[in-house]
Amino acid sequence: MDSIINSLGTLIYATLIYTPPLVFAAMGSCFSESSGVVNIGIEGTMTIGAFTGATVAYFTGNAWVGFLCAGLAGAVFGVLHAVATVSLNADQTITGTAINFLAPGVALLISKALFNSSDTPALLDAKLPMLFNNVFDGNTVWSRFLRNVFNNYATSFLMFGLVILVWFIFYKTRFGLRLRAVGEHPRACDTLGINVQRTRYIAVIISDFLAGLGGACVTMAIMNQFRPISIVGQGFIAMAAVIFGKFRPQGALVACLLFGFCTGLKVVMGSNNVVSAQLISMIPYVVTVIVLILFVGRSRTPSASGKPYAKSR
Amino acid sequence: MSKNKSIFQSHVFLTFIAIVVAFLVGAVFLAIMGYDPIMVYTTLITGIFSKPRFLAYSVVYATPLIFVGLSVAFSFKTGVFNIGAEGQFVVGSMAACLVGIFVDAPAIIHVPLCFLAAAVAGALWGIIVGFLKVKWGINEVLSMIMFNWIAFYLSNYIVEIPAVHSEGTAEATKNVADSAMILLPKAMRDVLAPTSNYGILIAIVFVVIVYLIIEKTTLGYEMKAVGYNKNAAEYAGISVNKAVLTAMAISGALAGMGGAVQLLGMGQRVSLFSAQEGFGFEGISVALIGASNPIGVFFSGLFYGALKYGGSKLNLIQAPSEIVKVITGTIVFFIAISHVFKVVRRRKKEVS
Repeated sequence: MDSIINSLGTLIYATLIYTPPLVFAAMGSCFSESSGVVNIGIEGTMTIGAFTGATVAYFTGNAWVGFLCAGLAGAVFGVLHAVATVSLNADQTITGTAINFLAPGVALLISKALFNSSDTPALLDAKLPMLFNNVFDGNTVWSRFLRNVFNNYATSFLMFGLVILVWFIFYKTRFGLRLRAVGEHPRACDTLGINVQRTRYIAVIISDFLAGLGGACVTMAIMNQFRPISIVGQGFIAMAAVIFGKFRPQGALVACLLFGFCTGLKVVMGSNNVVSAQLISMIPYVVTVIVLILFVGRSRTPSASGKPYAKSR
Repeated sequence: MSKNKSIFQSHVFLTFIAIVVAFLVGAVFLAIMGYDPIMVYTTLITGIFSKPRFLAYSVVYATPLIFVGLSVAFSFKTGVFNIGAEGQFVVGSMAACLVGIFVDAPAIIHVPLCFLAAAVAGALWGIIVGFLKVKWGINEVLSMIMFNWIAFYLSNYIVEIPAVHSEGTAEATKNVADSAMILLPKAMRDVLAPTSNYGILIAIVFVVIVYLIIEKTTLGYEMKAVGYNKNAAEYAGISVNKAVLTAMAISGALAGMGGAVQLLGMGQRVSLFSAQEGFGFEGISVALIGASNPIGVFFSGLFYGALKYGGSKLNLIQAPSEIVKVITGTIVFFIAISHVFKVVRRRKKEVS
């Protein structure tokens, strides 16, 4: 029984490690997708956020400053994406693809100029803090369980707050209502006096801000430095989670937790040699496809998704 | 609209402008980072053009990109965005590798067999995604991303199977039999590059084939119709589902063959991946720079291959090769917004 509780604790712990980057990026994706702008560039913005967070934290020694700057660096690329897609009506997928090349290129370029290496130096004590260190002492099974579960960086707990906040914005504020309406029927919104372009600008910039934070979750909590392999598909997985969660923040959270759990499972199980680690690594992706077939099926994208909106023709 | 388009509106001209702008943006970046842009660009350009060997290498680098570019361009015509080319490339490469290792045949049979295996594997990878879309309505971008990773780990899994794994210390498969390789004769390779191969000729054949399919066949017409307007195509009696499945199959086959050409012309074995190699994503750029036109893709593939090869030289002068990524990203970005100039000109015309 004790060992079951122990492994359960380890699994929850591992899930909480790997989920935050996905949740932050997925909440971002929720914003842009709901407003009708497809943003596949979040993979690239996560990379720039991952780099900026680690670099600023290294120089300032302050993790939270680094974390915030990661979001701001992401937002810069958000402005770029928004100008191209909202103002200039560029193809959203193409612009996103361009950003996926540009952002990692810029990150590595700056890294080489600053550190003469594509890796940033290790963050010794400028990592994000752990919130519940030394809270659960004692030596009973359950206190060990709790200590295990809560032995995580702040982002693992902040993400739940973020989801609640995003849910609140989406469903309880005027901005959220407008955001979703703009993604469904921009022309109707325009006639009602809602500024479609401004709403989309805000949505896209928020989305890349959050994606930047998501990137920083990787380099400032999971790892302790930026490396070229820091962001390998988390942005795409976050996008997948949003589609999976039917474009709702709460749904995306569940999808992210599933991914995080599978990744955690992969890491926890990876140490035994019974099943090939490669096959275990495949689990999150196979599970997603199966779950989609069984439970989700047709996910209804916002009607105006991917379509530029021109005010007058 | 007048038939003879002004030169300023042509894709070629806009692409050229985008390339110039991208190099300028790159230069600004380099200067800010404290590098000498002129020296970096000189190294880049001499690294591509100064010797026949360098040019030959550029062609070798370009060949797989032309295949993947064709794959993505073909999918674009049907309105599908084949972000799954990466995975199709990987399974194609692995299929060709297995046939190359385990089948024993003379080159004239062995090579086509490898290509066939790659095309079938890539097509299968594409069809699965197409099937998920038409049968259960599963978003294809989502499932393609999943299948890219499934292909990634599947390939790694196969590399680790003892019968496939190299006998040496390398984390890779055994070498493909020489009869499956498509290298040029030794004498020619001594003059050109050690990995110069017939791949570029095969690529040209497929450029022509894809061009003919798109422009001259009913199949191509139906695909374009679906790409332009799904509902109108459906109304005209074209089966949209069938068109999507066919497009995914052909697109997947092309990307798979890109994997084969990379393996049989250059790699000779598949290594254990630590990160996605990015051929699929580079192929997307190639397709976009080439305006999704097969002939455009051929040239943009050469351009991209040359930049990729030239970029690898930058490490020699301690300059970051990532500048190539910044340049290509900027090119794609400016191509994405370049239609603005067309609109502006059209408006001007309407006003006058």
